[in-house]
Amino acid sequence: MKRYLLGIALLTFSGLAFAQEDLMKELESSQTGDTDYAFQTFKGTRIVNGHTVETKPKGTLEFIFAHRFGEVNGGLYELFGLDDAYVRYGLDYGITDNLSVSYGRNSVDKTMDGYAKYKLLKQSKGAKNFPFTMTVLGGVAYRSSPKKDNVPAGFKTIDRFAYVTQLLVARKFNPNFSMQVMPTFIHKNAVDQNIEDNDQMAIGVGGRLKVTKSVALTSEYYYRLQVNENSPYKNTFGIGVDIETGGHVFQIVVTNTRGLTERAFITETDGDFSEGDIHLGFNVTRTFQLGGNRSKN
Amino acid sequence: MSRIFFILIVLASPVAAQKLTVEKSKVVFFSDAAIEDITAENKKASGIFNQDNGEIVFSIPISGFKFAKALMQEHFNEKYMESDKYPKATFQGKVEGFSKDAPSGPAKAVGKMTIHGVTKDVEIPGTMTKQGNKLQMNAKFMVKLADYNITIPQLLWQNIAEQVEVTVDFTFKPQ
Repeated sequence: MKRYLLGIALLTFSGLAFAQEDLMKELESSQTGDTDYAFQTFKGTRIVNGHTVETKPKGTLEFIFAHRFGEVNGGLYELFGLDDAYVRYGLDYGITDNLSVSYGRNSVDKTMDGYAKYKLLKQSKGAKNFPFTMTVLGGVAYRSSPKKDNVPAGFKTIDRFAYVTQLLVARKFNPNFSMQVMPTFIHKNAVDQNIEDNDQMAIGVGGRLKVTKSVALTSEYYYRLQVNENSPYKNTFGIGVDIETGGHVFQIVVTNTRGLTERAFITETDGDFSEGDIHLGFNVTRTFQLGGNRSKN
Repeated sequence: MSRIFFILIVLASPVAAQKLTVEKSKVVFFSDAAIEDITAENKKASGIFNQDNGEIVFSIPISGFKFAKALMQEHFNEKYMESDKYPKATFQGKVEGFSKDAPSGPAKAVGKMTIHGVTKDVEIPGTMTKQGNKLQMNAKFMVKLADYNITIPQLLWQNIAEQVEVTVDFTFKPQ
């Protein structure tokens, strides 16, 4: 019993002592319920050609103008590729903080594309600890070339479609360094079966390294699994420099592909980076706030 | 036995009763610049006020500031405040001349403010209002960005004022 009393007394007096201790420590100990979510794992919604885990915040509309020149090994006659240009105009919109939709037009194969992107899991620390952010992406691409009158026999409208599903998994290791892995599945309704399959899989790896507060280096590589031995296509690779200025992000990139839809750049890249089949290009984004920014966190 | 227990509790409880914690908070900052006025609001601050000796602490999570534009919020966290590295702004000090018997009226908090990892000695003038068992604190003061090593990248076309006005409204309730 005495021991019991002593226990109570000690507890009580330690409580007394604690009350006079640093108020700040008391405040901190009462804040253990907070969760901090990782923000800006990547600066933009694209690493180089492909998507990042980032979705647009609710009510924001992003206009993306992406441009790829021709191959630099075209020599002076092609002005090192600058005579040629492939573009994609696109709009990305945040329906909620976790759900974005996108629409775009790429001049390669006169393709129209649409995407939906949903952030399933968010990297966090604090009360809720989670090691990575995971976004799922689904997209459709419709190629309007070749022209209706020029199609080969038996070619139907449905053959113009291709689909992409991606799981984007990224971790922001520290404020300067993020990495992402992207298992990818692509289905093309019509292919030349001598050189490729309708269903194709690839695994992408990408990253970002911040150099200053407004400048970052990015890189991306997609490795295709089970490639047909007659395939003339290469794995796509790209390096970029992101420069952020207010409402704009400029990305200057070099890559071995000219396509800007997954079908084109993951499964139909024809350039060999080491042979100098390199395209200089840029992505420019401009963000507009349309709706209110209320629901964050 | 139970009597001793009771006495011990009585001894302990007045200490706890002297402290108030933040029930509701609103921290607003306002930057008045040539191109664009920028304002953000934060309702996630927490704090403790010891009525007995006037000691006060508060803590404001930087990521809790809400802006009208989501992109601005990203820039604020990533570039200016670096909230990955410095997730909180804190104040630790004393309300000078505070008396429990006459709590209402003008007041001055003196102590250390930490923003962006930099600690400065500051004096914050404000007012206190007692309402029932609750205590209201209001203050308005300027924060010079350079004092706290907050730099604005030169590439940014948005002009941000060199000092911002911070308005603090806290309602304290007994702990």
